[in-house]
Amino acid sequence: MDELVTLNRRELLKTATGLLTGWVVAGSPLALIAPARTWAVDLITLTSSEGATLMSLARTIAPHDQLDNAAYALVIQAIDSDAAKNAGTHKMIQEGLAALRADFPATSETERVAAVKEIESSAFFQTMRLKTLQVLYSSPIAYAHFGYEGEAFSKGGYLFRGFNDLRWLPEVPVEDSGPLPEGA
Amino acid sequence: MARIDFQDESAVVIIGSGAGGGTLAHELTTRGIKAVVLEAGKRQSKASFSQVPGAAFLQLTWLDPRTQSGDWGVAKNFPTLPVWHCKTVGGTTVHWTAATPRFEPWELRARTTYGNIPGTSLIDWPISYDELKTYYLLAERRLGVTRRNGVPGLPASNNFKVMYAGAKKLGYKRVHTGHLAINSRPFDGRASCIQQGFCVQGCKMGAKWSTLYTSIPRAEATGNLDLRIECTATRIEHRADGRVNAVIYRDTQGREQRQRARVVCVAGNGIETPRLLLLSDSSKFPHGLANAAGQVGRNYCHQIIGFVWGIFDKPVSSWRGATLAGVVEDEVKNDPSRGFVGGYRMELCTLDLPTFPLVGLPYGWGRDFASILENYRNMAGMLMNGEDMPRAENRITLNHDVKDSFGLPVANVHVDEHPNDQAMRKHAQTQMSRMYEAVGANRVVLGPVTPATHNTCSARMSADPREGVANAWGQTHDIKNLFISDGSALCTAGSANPTLTIVALALRQAEYISREMRAHRV
Repeated sequence: MDELVTLNRRELLKTATGLLTGWVVAGSPLALIAPARTWAVDLITLTSSEGATLMSLARTIAPHDQLDNAAYALVIQAIDSDAAKNAGTHKMIQEGLAALRADFPATSETERVAAVKEIESSAFFQTMRLKTLQVLYSSPIAYAHFGYEGEAFSKGGYLFRGFNDLRWLPEVPVEDSGPLPEGA
Repeated sequence: MARIDFQDESAVVIIGSGAGGGTLAHELTTRGIKAVVLEAGKRQSKASFSQVPGAAFLQLTWLDPRTQSGDWGVAKNFPTLPVWHCKTVGGTTVHWTAATPRFEPWELRARTTYGNIPGTSLIDWPISYDELKTYYLLAERRLGVTRRNGVPGLPASNNFKVMYAGAKKLGYKRVHTGHLAINSRPFDGRASCIQQGFCVQGCKMGAKWSTLYTSIPRAEATGNLDLRIECTATRIEHRADGRVNAVIYRDTQGREQRQRARVVCVAGNGIETPRLLLLSDSSKFPHGLANAAGQVGRNYCHQIIGFVWGIFDKPVSSWRGATLAGVVEDEVKNDPSRGFVGGYRMELCTLDLPTFPLVGLPYGWGRDFASILENYRNMAGMLMNGEDMPRAENRITLNHDVKDSFGLPVANVHVDEHPNDQAMRKHAQTQMSRMYEAVGANRVVLGPVTPATHNTCSARMSADPREGVANAWGQTHDIKNLFISDGSALCTAGSANPTLTIVALALRQAEYISREMRAHRV
């Protein structure tokens, strides 16, 4: 849950320029694993407004309506971190954002998709797309949402945890598979 | 472990510690031959393998820069990563998925079987199946391959149940949980598989065979192995008479070192092996070592590999269980009436959630793209593994415009797909789609052409010295004490995943090298 801890590190980062915040929705997968009822992500280079527009862009790239905003905030945090390390990246993001209309987050999804298609070939969009795919599906929040259980070594593998629990198709004859290890 | 002096002229220097190099090191040191293994990567262990997919990728993968060209899909989809293999002790046996089928007898006679296919550089292997079979049997015993020698198969996972049901609906007969170098029961001091599904991140149980925790420590225990980690070979040197006599490398601190050698065996995977030969050019060998016929780097094969995903109404949880434990072998045949020569396997596969959108899906974004991810839990997966056609111009060359951290030109990988490759891919994707549709898939998604993992044939064996780099023992045609000891030596790609054949050839080569050394011929 390291990512979730960083969501609540605001007090440690006095140099923040922007902030993304949200409520943990009761009953959501995030609520089961979140350490607090609210979350906040500090931005060290981007402004709150820039962060909000990038959040909206990430949601346009990978729209999962029931996936908490906190998962998307981690994408923006990663991009902010890249921008802090590289002035060229920062400039590319600012120029990319300038090419989008100011009320981009407030427009309909249809309008946002149309706007993105206009800039699809840009380095800005391609960077955003790759970063979104790299970060969005890697967090515990995403694992919980998509039902992915991750590594199993620490829990003894899936041998006793459902690797063969599918029941809506016939079982495979033993001659084409193999015996379960003793105890399984 | 031995410490072999830089000036010691008696040792065999092996470059690389994977399926080829690691196996060879074990075989030679067991026979009392001193060996220095130069491994560019770090040494991990079952304990140190990361279980975070992104971090595991960075921990194990060869990430030094390469370039690529040609019309293959990788150039468009993954411009900075043409190939995906390991840089670590144990080489690519650390992240492999442990499928260990054999080549078919007719696949070894590729040129004869397929005929004169325009635009290819097909040859027959200089080794008969009967001869190779002896070493397949030995390799299968060493690796504990399932469904061979009385070793049980792995049990069926959820993902395999879907594959099996679909394959049976289509009338396929040769469908089972596969020949795998994964323990279905404890064997050789290693535990049995607990179905983690993290084969590619390095098996923390050690149930999957790797030279990292079998051949390498056993070679060290002989007292004859000097394993040097984070040591990158940059050049092979030779005497005036053309025999190689030393390997130049950069050590952990980046210092240049020179190790003298009686014999040099190159096993750096299908990209770095030809690159090193090309980097070793001299006034005597102006086009690089073992390259009198101009064959070094040519005929590069990578096999036609492509994912197919089936999305169902009900959960599959495909990530649970050994990644590649399932195969359909009925299309491993040469039946030109399908519109192509050569065969392909359909193998069970899946990707963890973080990797799936990056590698498993074609370029995309938006609602449709996201809807596939929404169904991740209900998704089954498999991939094709088929023979690609060797072509003289599909080759590894030096790109003098891009340099690595030592200032040396990087490898460029050039691939133009042959029409046969494309016809085979289309046929396989159709068959795999039909399998999923036959058991009720709502949607079938075809994956992109991904970075190549089976890098072979780029310094191939050949009966005719004009058609390849090495003879039937991997001994280069031009230089008697220089050997090709990895997948680069394969003559054609076949439809079998290459590792078992690489191990079998290394076992055979070790016998030859020790015999030749005893007879003072090398």
